[in-house]
Parts: sequence; structure tokens; C-alpha cells
Amino acid sequence: MILLYLIIILMTGGAIAWITGKWSPITSRYISIAAVFIDFIIVLMFYFRQGINSEKIWMAEYNINWIPRFGINLHLAMDGLSLLLLLLTFFIGIIAILISWNEIKINTGFFHFNILWILAGITGVFLSMDLFLFYFFWEVMLIPMYFLIGIWGHDNRIYASYKFFIFTQASGLLMFLAILGLYLVHGSNTGTYTFDYMQLINTPMGSAMEMLLMCGFLAAFLVKLPVVPFHSWLPDAHSEAPTAGSLILASLMLKTGAYGLLRFIVPIFPNAAASFAPAGMVLGVVGIMYGAKLAFSQTDLKRLVAYTSVNHMGFIILGVFAFNEIAYQGVIMQIIAHGISTGALFIIAGQLYERMHTRDLKNMGGLWNQIPVMGGIGMVFVMASLGLPGLGNFIAEFLTLSGVFKSSILFACLASVGLIAGTIYALRIMQKVFFGKQNSGLKMKDLSLRESIVLGAMVIVIVYLGLFPQSVINTAKPSVLKTLNNKEQSMKTVRNMPEYKSFDKFLNQEAGNSDKYKRVL
Amino acid sequence: MLYLGWEGVGLCSYLLIGLWYRDPVNGTAARKAFIVTRIGDTSMIIGLFLLFISFNTLNIESLTHQAQLKWSPGSHLAVISAVLLLGGALGKSAQLPLQTWLPDAMAGPSPVSALIHAATMVTAGVYLIARLNVLFSLAPVVMTGIAIIGAATLFIAGFSALTQHDLKRVLAYSTISQIGYMFLALGVGAWSAAIFHFMIHAFFKALLFLGAGSVILLLHEEHDMFKMGGLRKKLPVVFITFLIGGASLSALPLITAGFYSKDQILWLAWSSGMGSKWLWLAGISGAFITSLYTFRMIFLTFFGELKIQPEHKPGLLMTIPLITLAALSITGGFIELPENIGPVHLFSKLLTPLLPSINIGDKETTEWVFQIISAIVSIGGIWLAWLFFYKKSAFTVSFGKSRLSNFFYEGWGFDRIYNIFIVTPVVWLSEINKKDFIDKFYTYVAMATVFFNKMLSRTQNGKLRWYVTILTAGIVILLTIMLSI
Repeated sequence: MILLYLIIILMTGGAIAWITGKWSPITSRYISIAAVFIDFIIVLMFYFRQGINSEKIWMAEYNINWIPRFGINLHLAMDGLSLLLLLLTFFIGIIAILISWNEIKINTGFFHFNILWILAGITGVFLSMDLFLFYFFWEVMLIPMYFLIGIWGHDNRIYASYKFFIFTQASGLLMFLAILGLYLVHGSNTGTYTFDYMQLINTPMGSAMEMLLMCGFLAAFLVKLPVVPFHSWLPDAHSEAPTAGSLILASLMLKTGAYGLLRFIVPIFPNAAASFAPAGMVLGVVGIMYGAKLAFSQTDLKRLVAYTSVNHMGFIILGVFAFNEIAYQGVIMQIIAHGISTGALFIIAGQLYERMHTRDLKNMGGLWNQIPVMGGIGMVFVMASLGLPGLGNFIAEFLTLSGVFKSSILFACLASVGLIAGTIYALRIMQKVFFGKQNSGLKMKDLSLRESIVLGAMVIVIVYLGLFPQSVINTAKPSVLKTLNNKEQSMKTVRNMPEYKSFDKFLNQEAGNSDKYKRVL
Repeated sequence: MLYLGWEGVGLCSYLLIGLWYRDPVNGTAARKAFIVTRIGDTSMIIGLFLLFISFNTLNIESLTHQAQLKWSPGSHLAVISAVLLLGGALGKSAQLPLQTWLPDAMAGPSPVSALIHAATMVTAGVYLIARLNVLFSLAPVVMTGIAIIGAATLFIAGFSALTQHDLKRVLAYSTISQIGYMFLALGVGAWSAAIFHFMIHAFFKALLFLGAGSVILLLHEEHDMFKMGGLRKKLPVVFITFLIGGASLSALPLITAGFYSKDQILWLAWSSGMGSKWLWLAGISGAFITSLYTFRMIFLTFFGELKIQPEHKPGLLMTIPLITLAALSITGGFIELPENIGPVHLFSKLLTPLLPSINIGDKETTEWVFQIISAIVSIGGIWLAWLFFYKKSAFTVSFGKSRLSNFFYEGWGFDRIYNIFIVTPVVWLSEINKKDFIDKFYTYVAMATVFFNKMLSRTQNGKLRWYVTILTAGIVILLTIMLSI
């Protein structure tokens, strides 16, 4: 039940914040931050309690019928992976609200409503164990984000918000088709029609079918992640969104794609995923290289940081298709560390924009002597972004690459070359913003107390992750092992399903399925 | 985690070079240093993955233990991992072909240059190889490679040092060259000799950097040696300590520490199982060049007529470290003497548990011949320097203007090659695709959609006559198709 509360708190908090925002913007800020904070505390309690009974995979579960006619349940469950991602979600959530304290001046109530509903959607995505519910939350997080970019964004916001919406919506629909397909295949082959994840995970299906359905899921996750060539919504959305929007996009929304790969693609479609692996790894390496290359050539600070996300997400997809424990630990670490480090870079970009009213690197430079504290913190996160040892991203990249090395030496080496590319663009940020000659005569204030607290907390987290990664690794371990075991088992069991030799046969089978579906109805 | 400290050193150096952030040249140098060493680090991290996969540990002790058990000498895996690790060492120690960052990095303030670069950071590569000596011994091919790289580097960097104008750049190239000696020693398996030279080098190079730094500071940030001169009388303490450091660097026989450490390397380059005549020849000619450029530096800076009046005498805070380091540069050599001079082996005894001692064979009787040769070479270099740069012969002037000299001055054109073949294409590639061509595709999709939208909405123009025409035309076309089938 507590899992449901997590979502309800956010949703009602958002609604109240909207209503009170009409009279008192400050109240709506406090209400929304309180809502996220309560959630954060709840999840934190789970995190500290988990050491006692770490054998259990599911730490909390909640399951009631919702629409039993179609086998749709309100099924939420949390394991180590979800727990870590929820911690990240609420941490970033609090920061997102704090960071827009002065930035957002119009429609404050509605702004917070959107933020909280995005968070609720993301929470739902990380907890849903029912595919129908999963898709529901997948859409819930989309629409408020569209408003967030479209209403509070920068100059080119309408274009960016449309682009974001169309990309994610189109790919989401493909996933919805695949979910329905999976539902029907499972129903026709086993007799029970259900959207429940725990049952669908063992769906017997032929390999062509498996591939087709996987591609549907993959479409949604790859666009969200994003993987080159589906990345082009990202720089626009990131750079046009308000700071909180960029932060949530980069730190959380991209991670739903990574989560989807780990939670759905690998366990449900193990064979198809295995045969897709080489292509997936190519996509990963291309993403690493291409993202770094584009990041290097940008002159807009936020766009630059946006492309670094493309670069970092390349490591995630690379790790996912390596199929081993070390790589998966690396992927989870990367999800968290990238969330913190890139988020912080977006915050810094936002703060510079507040002070200078420009995102153009040509107008910056030599800011170190005016704002040394911000410069120092910027340095920490730039170094994190290029994978300096001692910070979280290094652990992530190291684990991912050594995992990948086990399954493919070639791709691991290529991706390591990406580390050099990462160094080049990351140092460029430092060089153009804080070092060099000063190009603007502006007098600037250094970080305020609120900003220092926010960034200071992020610095602590990234250093903690870099020096003591073990606690994260332990938390994620059961779910990682389960994912891999599940894959191994279902790959071993000979599936007694006829292979679809030709497309005609496949269509006939489908027709048969839909007949059955009608009968069920 | 060795790698952690390894990269941390890289960061500190980046910060220290970039400290004077207002000068864009410094920023570029800092970036270059970071990126070039990062290239080496990447090779090293791949090597570490390989070791991790093979032995499931990165603990050096158990690593070397298992490597001895599992890998036969010269096996592919051993060679590959040794090469990859060597890449990291080359980057950090500024050896060929990754040496280009060091001279630029000397733009940093001088105590920093002195301590970080000369003494500790750049020698990290030497330490790495010595530490993992078991692994490298399993790959004899790589060992030979290390020796050749070391010999080539000391030679090339020596010539470059000979043509520099900037006092600190001379020292930078000299550092590269001296680390070349260490690599040469490592390559022939003379582990403790390499570490010994590493230590002695730290003493005298730090001394030289501090001395050079104080000269530059007192002459109002003047780096060009040709604009200096005659400082001998004005700055006696700096002069004497600098002279001691220089003597140690050019391995002046018997009194300086540099002689003992360098001589040991040269001797072992000839006599050890993996040594050869050619390595020794490169080493000994390198030694000649070393004393030539060292005393060129000293004659230009401290002798001749006074060109710039120094501001004041260096403070006590500067004098004390100079004197201490000078003392160490002299006495540091006495803890490890050659067999035929005195049986003092404090240093190698200290290292014996870690580093295997070297097998020389029965050539020991001839050691004194080599010592005399190195002594002659060293003094000959000084004499030539006196002839060229104190007397200022015509040859010096004409050579200084020649194209060859310019080639040496630019560090044998490595920077230019890298710029042409690596930097320019990369920048060009990213420039032409700044707008991301993949995005174009989606823009065209969107444009096509809008286009069809306009086309179709044009058909809805509300004119009944138009609708009827289209309808009839459609029926006619359909009928034709159906009839023809």
C-alpha cells in the first residue's frame, strides 16, 4: 500500500499546489517540496532497512484488481533497482523544485502541478508490474513535460515541445502495440489473458514473434534513452526547457528508457535481445562517439550538455547488451551518476543563464574570478562527466566497460576511445566558461545559499558514489542477478512453439489469436 | 586502485597548469596535457580490463603472482597487456610518441612545474613499469620496445633542448630526455638503476626548476635565455646551486650524483642480458648532448654581459630549498656506488625485496673503461658548450638560423604532424556536422507532412464543380484499371 501512497502523495500534492498557487505562489512551492520530501523519506527508510532481509527480491508489493475483465491489475512492486531509481527520482525532484524557486514567476501553481505529476509518472513507471499500468504512467509523465517545455521554456520552446511530444508519443504507441501483442500472444498460448509482468515474463513465443514484439518495446526505450539516430528531439527539448525541465529530462526521464531495457527487454525477450546484441552494441558505440563529437562542436552551453547525455547513454545501451553482472552494475551506476552529474551541469547552465541571460559560450569565459564557488563546483561535475576516478561516473564507466570487455573486446576498446572524446568536450566546457579571457563586463553574484545547498548536496552524492559504490552495488545485486538468471533460464528451456517460417503463416497465427480474443470478449 | 591516484595526478596537473587562467595559451596547454595523457590512460585502462578479465583482480601483488603462474614468457596475452600498460606510462611520462604535452605544460608557475612535472608526476610511468616488472619481464618484445623508445626519446628530446630559447622549455625537454634514460634502464631490465636515476633526477631537476624559476621571476618574467646573461655576480647563490644542478644533470664525473646514476644505466645498457651496443651508443651520445645543452643554458644565463638588471636578491624562503636540493644533488649519488669504486649499495638493498636484481655476467672487469668514456663525454660536452656559447663561434650563429635548428626547436615536428593528421580532421568533422545531419531527416519528414497536409487541404476548397470533376475522373480511372485486369 505504501507504494501506492508514494504516487498518491505526489498527485494530490500537485493538485493542491495548483489550487493554492492561484493565491500564494510561495505556499505552492512549500506544498510541493513537502510532498516530494515525504516520498524521499519513505524511500530512504526502505533503503536503510533493506540490509536486514536482502535475500528477498521484492521489498514491497501491492496488487489489487483494477479491470479484471481484461486482466489488468493495479500491481506495484519495488526491488533494489526500483529503490535506487526512486531515490534518484525524489532527490532530483526536490532539487528541481528548489532550483526553480526564483526562476519561475508565472503560473507557479501550474508549474508545480506539472513537476509533481511528472514525478508521479516516473515513480509509477519504476514501480509498475502491470504492463497496462506501465503504459499509463509512461503517458502520464509525458504530457506535463510537454507543458513544462511549452509554457516555461526559452525562445524556441513551441518547436521543441512539439518535437519532444511527437518523438516520444510515436515511439510510445509502438510500445503500446507491442504490449497488446504480448498480451494476445500470452493469452493464446497459455489461456490466461493478463497484463501482469510476472506472468508475461515467461511467455512462450516463436522467435520471429519475439523479435517483432521486442522491436516495439525497443522503439520506445531507444527513443527515450536516446540512441543515435533517434536522439534529435533531445538537444532541442533540453536546451529549450526551463532548468527544472532539463534537469528532470536528463536525470530522470532518460533513465526510464534505461530502466525499460533492463526490466522488460532482457527478461521478456531474452532470445531476441541476444540476437539484437551486436546491433545494440554498435548503437552504443555510435552514440558514444557521435554524442561526443556533437557536444564538442556546440556553442550553446545547454545543447552541449544535452549532447553529453547522448554520449553517456551510449555506455548504458552498450552495457545492457553485454549481458553480465558487472556490466549491469555499471549501467545502474551510470544511471544514477549521470543523473547527478549531468543534472548539476544543467543547473549550472541555468544559473549562468539567470545571471548572464545567454547560453552562448562565446559570451562567457574567464568567469572563475567572479564566481569561484560555482567554478569549483562546475569543475567537479565536468570532471565527473569525463569520468575522473573518485567520482561516481568513473565507477560506472569502469564497471560497464569491464563488463563489456568480457563479452566483446572490440566494442570495449572502441568505447574506451570514447573516453578520450569525452575528455575533449568536457574540458572545453571548463575552458570556455570559466577559464580564458573574460568576454562580458557583467558583474555577477556567486552562488546564493539555496544554490550552494543544492549543488553541495549533489557534490556530496557524486563523491560518495565514487568512493563508496558498494552500497549501491549491494542494493542492485538481487535484481541484477534475477534479470540475468531469468534470461539464462528462458534461453535454456526449449520453447515448444512452432517457428514462424513465413510471414503468411505468421499472419494466420495472428488472425487466430484475434479470433480468440473476440471470443474472450 | 592504482588508476585512481593515476588520474588524480592528471587532474592536479591540469588545475596547476590552468591556474593562470587568464592567459589563453595556458588554458590550451592544460587541455593538451590532460588530453594527451588521457590517451595514454585509455590504453592503460584497456590493459587493466585485460588483466582484470584474466586474473579477476587488480591487486598488484596477487596480479603479479598469478601472472607468473599462468602466463608463459612471450605469450600473446602478456605482450598485449604489457603494450597497453606501456601506453599509459608513455602518456604520463611524456615519452615518444606522446611527449608533446610536456614542453607546453611548462607554462605553469615554476615551483609547480618543478615539483609536479619534473620530480613526481612524469616519473609515474617509470614507477608503473618498475612496479609491474614481473608482468613486463614476461613480454621481452615489449621490454626491447621500451629500451628503444627510451633511447630514441632521450636523443630527440636532447636535440630539441639544444635549440630552445625559453629557459623552462630547455628544462622541459631535458626532463623528457632524462626520463628517456629511465625507460632505457627499464627496457634492459635494470629496474633499480631506473628508480635510482628517478630519485637523483628528482633532486637536481627540482633544483634546476627552482633556480630557473627564481631567475625568471627576478628578471620580470623574462623567459628568453638570449636576453639574460651575466647573472653570475648578481645572484651568486642561484648561480652556484644552478651550476651544481647542471653539473649533476650533465653527469660530471665523481662529484655529482647524476654521474653515478646515469653511469649505472649506461653500463647496464651495454652489459645486461638485454642490452646492446646500439642502446649504449644512443645513451652515450645523449649524455654528450645533455652536457652540451646544460652548459649552453648556464653560459647564456649566468656568463657574458649583464643584459637585464635583476630586481633584488632571492629571499631566504627560496635560498633554503635551493641549497638543500643542491646538497642532495651532490651527495645523493653516494648511497649507491659502482662496484669498482666502492662497495656501497644502500639503494639497491632497499629495493631488492621488490625489484629483481640484474644479471650482468662476467663483463664486470671492463666497467671502468665505460666510466672513463662517460666522463670524457661529459666534460667534452661542457668544453664544446664553452666554445660555442661562451666564445660565440660563427658556427653557433649560423646553425641557430638554419632550418635544422628550427626543426629541433619545434620538437621534431611532432606537434605539426598531430595537428595535421589528428586535430584538424577532428575539428573539421565536428564543424561540418554542427547542426547534426540526422536531425535534417526528421525535418524533412515534418516538411513532407506539412506539404501533404497543404495539398490535401487544397482539395477541400468547397467548390462543388471541382468535387464532381475529381469524382468522375476517379471513377473513370478505376473503371479503366478494373476493365484492363
